[in-house]
Amino acid sequence: MAAWTDISGIIQKIADSSAEEVTAAYIETIGKSRINGFTTVWDEAINVAREIDAKGHAGPLAGVPIAIKENISTKGLSTTCSSKILQGYVPPYDAHVIERLKEAGAVILGKTNMDEFAMGTSTESSCYGPTFNPWDMDRVPGGSSGGSAAVVAAGEAPVSLGSDTGGSVRCPAAFCGVVGLKPTYGCISRYGLISYANSLEQIGPLATNVADIATIMDVVAGYDHRDSTSINRENTYSDALKDDVKGMKIGVPDEYFGEGIDKDVEKSVWDAIGKFEDMGATYEKVSMPHTKYALASYYIIAMSEASSNLARFDGTRYGLRTEGENWHVMASKTRAEGFGTEVKRRILLGTYALSAGYHDKYYLKALKVRTLVKQDFDKALANVDVLMAPTMPTPAFKIGEKIEDPLSLYLADVNTVPVNLAGVPSISVPCGFAGDMPVGLQIIGKHFDENTIIKAAYSFEQNTDHNSRRPPEVA
Amino acid sequence: MITKEEVEHVGWLARIEIDAKQSDAYAVKLNSVLDYFGQLDEVDTENVPPTYHVADIVNVFRKDVVQESMPQEDVLANTENKQEGNFKAPRIM
Repeated sequence: MAAWTDISGIIQKIADSSAEEVTAAYIETIGKSRINGFTTVWDEAINVAREIDAKGHAGPLAGVPIAIKENISTKGLSTTCSSKILQGYVPPYDAHVIERLKEAGAVILGKTNMDEFAMGTSTESSCYGPTFNPWDMDRVPGGSSGGSAAVVAAGEAPVSLGSDTGGSVRCPAAFCGVVGLKPTYGCISRYGLISYANSLEQIGPLATNVADIATIMDVVAGYDHRDSTSINRENTYSDALKDDVKGMKIGVPDEYFGEGIDKDVEKSVWDAIGKFEDMGATYEKVSMPHTKYALASYYIIAMSEASSNLARFDGTRYGLRTEGENWHVMASKTRAEGFGTEVKRRILLGTYALSAGYHDKYYLKALKVRTLVKQDFDKALANVDVLMAPTMPTPAFKIGEKIEDPLSLYLADVNTVPVNLAGVPSISVPCGFAGDMPVGLQIIGKHFDENTIIKAAYSFEQNTDHNSRRPPEVA
Repeated sequence: MITKEEVEHVGWLARIEIDAKQSDAYAVKLNSVLDYFGQLDEVDTENVPPTYHVADIVNVFRKDVVQESMPQEDVLANTENKQEGNFKAPRIM
């Protein structure tokens, strides 16, 4: 399989040969992989592709292979959140996005590696070991959807799904030089997504190009009554694939270029904004004064929600069980053995932040600061069409560099978490290199205005050649 | 400051067994994060309402109609600890 084939190229290949041959070629490529991006290759994938060939390629994604993050439920295919506590768990149902993909004819290739329970920025905390960045095997792919980004960058899958709670689609997209979208909260059903912090997270697609992101959104987005926060709103994302940013007003928040930003990252992002000016857009600086408090607010809320959401993993119904003399001891021992260190830290901090005496100081305070962060977005986006900033303040860091110091890892999320607090959509597109590592431009839009950020990203891609370079690990 | 005794207590609340040897290490890491969280004290949040979620939704109702549910054997398929259609767990008290 030629690496970095887009969806239309794959559909052409299927027409010329078969879905079975295309799927088989990807499985062969995965078999030679050195990046540890896939946790499981689905043994049914070939049979599914064969059935699609027999049925005559019905559906917009007929025969198109896709990789799925380990925390999205797939009926009959192991879904473990890269955690020891869920070893052996096979979901009895499909997530809403998987139902949609199957109806569209997509072929689920397998599951991709992630930070345990999506709690991380590097995909190092997985029980399956770290995923390696295809651009430099000594570096992390970003996280938590590191597997989903790395396999797309390495040409092991054309497209994938990740989930983004505080940057977990955009960060690995930036670090691996691919495109990743975090949709508006409520845009894609979370039914079947194993919850980490349910008021913040959304499923999002990753691809080598913007058009493929729109194609996947057209399939997976939409109303689902099984997610009570799903919003009923029709949209055709591929309508936004137009090369036209004339008159578009861009806001550039100063606070996103703060302390610790890498010089090459800063230059690549400003060059990109200059390119948008050449293409007919205008920019102005905007101020979002509560940005510096977003990180603390985000982590308190995410950890508090996690302490509640992860209570279900108690050894009773699925996954690991370590016996004890009563239920409490069984659960405590199971969770001590089954959860990794970072997951335990976040559950402990979340439990503490919600406990009597600390609830108002931490949890309630964080929710109030969240209001202020959201108001910053409302005000800034009242005067401009989109905001632009670096997705990540630095290029991908070395494996092992930050994992022992949780706070240093949290600080890497400074430019991505405010978006989740506000619930607005954001896309990361490749915009250059820092040394040999890719840099991501983050384009943030108004609630449910995905089409404007998709149009901006698409126009940028059409007028630049940042994704013409391929990582050395492309097979 | 969270003490090692508090770490063990919170561990019990969260049903995660933490032994005395580990609680020191947890306390150090948790305190560095709690220190960082302390910066929110600087923010004036007088008269600011909390945001629990951003979706413009208050209550979500559905018709009170019985719908098909998942077969019992599918729900029980992920454990060996079952008996007569129920999950089997150790005594609670």
